[in-house]
Amino acid sequence: MRVLYFAWVKEKAGIAAEEIEPPEGVATIAELIAWLKARGPEFANAFAKSEVIRAAIDQIHVRHDAKIEGAREIAFFPPVTGG
Amino acid sequence: MIRVQLEDFDIGAEIAALKAGRSDIGAIVSFIGTVRDQHGAVSAMTLEHYPGMTEAELTRIEAEANARWKLQACLIVHRFGTLKPGDNIVLVVTASEHRDAAFDAAKFLMDYLKTGAPFWKRESGPGGARWVEADAKDDSAASRWNKRAAE
Repeated sequence: MRVLYFAWVKEKAGIAAEEIEPPEGVATIAELIAWLKARGPEFANAFAKSEVIRAAIDQIHVRHDAKIEGAREIAFFPPVTGG
Repeated sequence: MIRVQLEDFDIGAEIAALKAGRSDIGAIVSFIGTVRDQHGAVSAMTLEHYPGMTEAELTRIEAEANARWKLQACLIVHRFGTLKPGDNIVLVVTASEHRDAAFDAAKFLMDYLKTGAPFWKRESGPGGARWVEADAKDDSAASRWNKRAAE
């Protein structure tokens, strides 16, 4: 699946987009965040305040307990500040 | 109609296009959000967004407004890229037969856009650059509409 990062999540992670294949057992957004955090200090830093980070699956806002199975595109970003 | 664009917009031209050839509209409400310099602290603002989801989310918000009010026209234009103090950021125009629907829908669109549309502001100025933090007031403004719907 493709993962996108925006705003300060992107800056801290040091990457805008990547293809990932999380292992079986990573079933939800929260579990995906935990898995991403364990990949290195940049990700641990980007997701340090994981409770404030918002997620979208296939361009629809989801909560951290959302299931990721079948997702083509998952995005992580800070609370939005448009308008 | 929704548009996400780098370019500025002209509110007069937008409203003229929206009204062209129509005589059924009785009320038009418009809102423009602009960049503030915050007493000299901000010299530029860069808006990042999530292409694809931004359009999808604005379309969803527009559909929600159309489901709640009898609108004859609705327009959301949101800019991205680097803007200067005084520049336009966002335009919302609503049109209806009577003024209440247009006023309420315009406020609803702005409240929802601020909490749902995937844009992020980064301000820079003499003190450096920083990502703008989300304002809890925006969440409470948006949730008020849910309370109203539940009443």
